[in-house]
Amino acid sequence: MNVHTEGAKKGMIVSPIENGTVIDHLPPGRAVRIAQMLGLTEGAVVIIGQNLKSTKYGRKDLIKVENRFLTDEECSRIALFAPNATVNIIRNSELVEKRKVSIPDVVEGIAVCSNANCITNKEPVPTRMLTVCRSPVTIACHYCGYEVRAEDLRFRG
Amino acid sequence: MGFMDRDIVSIRDFSREDLERIFEVARRMERGGYDRGLLRGKRASLLFYEPSTRTRLSFQAAAQSLGADTVWFAGVEGTSVMKGETLKDTIETVANYADAIVIRHPYDGAARWAADITSRRVARGEKKVPVINGGDGRNEHPTQTMLDLYTIAQSQGRIDGLTIAMVGDLKYGRTVHSLAYALGMYGCRIRLVAPDQLQMPPHVLSYLNSRGVECTLHTSIEEIIGEVDILYMTRIQRERFPDENEYNRVRGLYRVTRKTLQPAKPTMRVMHPLPRVDEISVDVDDDSRSYYFKQAGNGVPIRAALLAMVLGGIS
Repeated sequence: MNVHTEGAKKGMIVSPIENGTVIDHLPPGRAVRIAQMLGLTEGAVVIIGQNLKSTKYGRKDLIKVENRFLTDEECSRIALFAPNATVNIIRNSELVEKRKVSIPDVVEGIAVCSNANCITNKEPVPTRMLTVCRSPVTIACHYCGYEVRAEDLRFRG
Repeated sequence: MGFMDRDIVSIRDFSREDLERIFEVARRMERGGYDRGLLRGKRASLLFYEPSTRTRLSFQAAAQSLGADTVWFAGVEGTSVMKGETLKDTIETVANYADAIVIRHPYDGAARWAADITSRRVARGEKKVPVINGGDGRNEHPTQTMLDLYTIAQSQGRIDGLTIAMVGDLKYGRTVHSLAYALGMYGCRIRLVAPDQLQMPPHVLSYLNSRGVECTLHTSIEEIIGEVDILYMTRIQRERFPDENEYNRVRGLYRVTRKTLQPAKPTMRVMHPLPRVDEISVDVDDDSRSYYFKQAGNGVPIRAALLAMVLGGIS
């Protein structure tokens, strides 16, 4: 991961980006986890801000990633860990789109069931996780019914 | 929702109305006899990756009572599972040989995976083969719960509002998970008796809590024996313990004898999904409150009703 703060304008803690995505309003301490989950830690220039001041939430985390534009599915995944996150798309240093994330009903293929005896951990079965509660966000395995809080969900890879 | 080609994977997939309909068909068969022509020409496959006496034999008896034939294996010895065949490949294959698949498997969620595999056949223009869960790991055993509810209603004249204690291995015992889910639909009061390390899993407790079910946790049978209508005993699931030492710490912890039953109501009934090891003393067998062998007998009408309904013999 390339974390850099060079080139920041005066008064800014993290530098702006020309093209890419800013994931804002993440709960403090979640940014690294979310960056790993989205696979942002490989190759791209990523700027992570932790425990930044927020007028809305007191403290927040923030991720900036250059030349990467998140899909709707990736935005949904962010919502599992940060239901209040906003995703800002930057092109030519201009904010061109601002999205609110929404919690997905289903997460397929990427998560790992926490039940060691689940068929998905024993045979080559693609995982399928269902959102069974939205506050706190709780996920259940489609196959074995095992439930975990979203923040405890593990991902493949 | 109709029953034709329907998978029976989790008791949570069934409404109270669905269950009542199954009981009605089972009752009719039990009283009026089995129509040996009902499923003539149909075939059920019984894939038992784990040991079983009652579930396998009662499914086989149920199928034969209705004129269906069966193909089966009991234990993976002698099958291609020993050569490393995946569950997917076995199910894809057996779906060509049979009209329904009954599966018992050591892994949680195996039955749902099997049902998903046969559902995908429909998209390929092939017929759906309904999957019936005969017990998946430590997850669920829905047909056991159906016969348990049938037995409770038979012995008490109702299910609604009863106080039901489940005792023993509530962590690894799949029958009690399915039963707890179902009792929530009937407004029952649930008493869970187990040592801390074998208490009901948090996801089952949270399900009961979210539905407002009155449920209390206990560590001794004496605390609850006077108030319960059903004492549902379970075996400590030795084969599911990660190590023998943990098993040895809890084995023999609960043992029901005639003396244990002294404070119980005369109408209380003792149930057990069987097999038992030492949790019910043999002298209880002759007590009028023992009901576990009648319970085992109810496996045939319930499983006959299910086969008839999913294979289209009865709409």
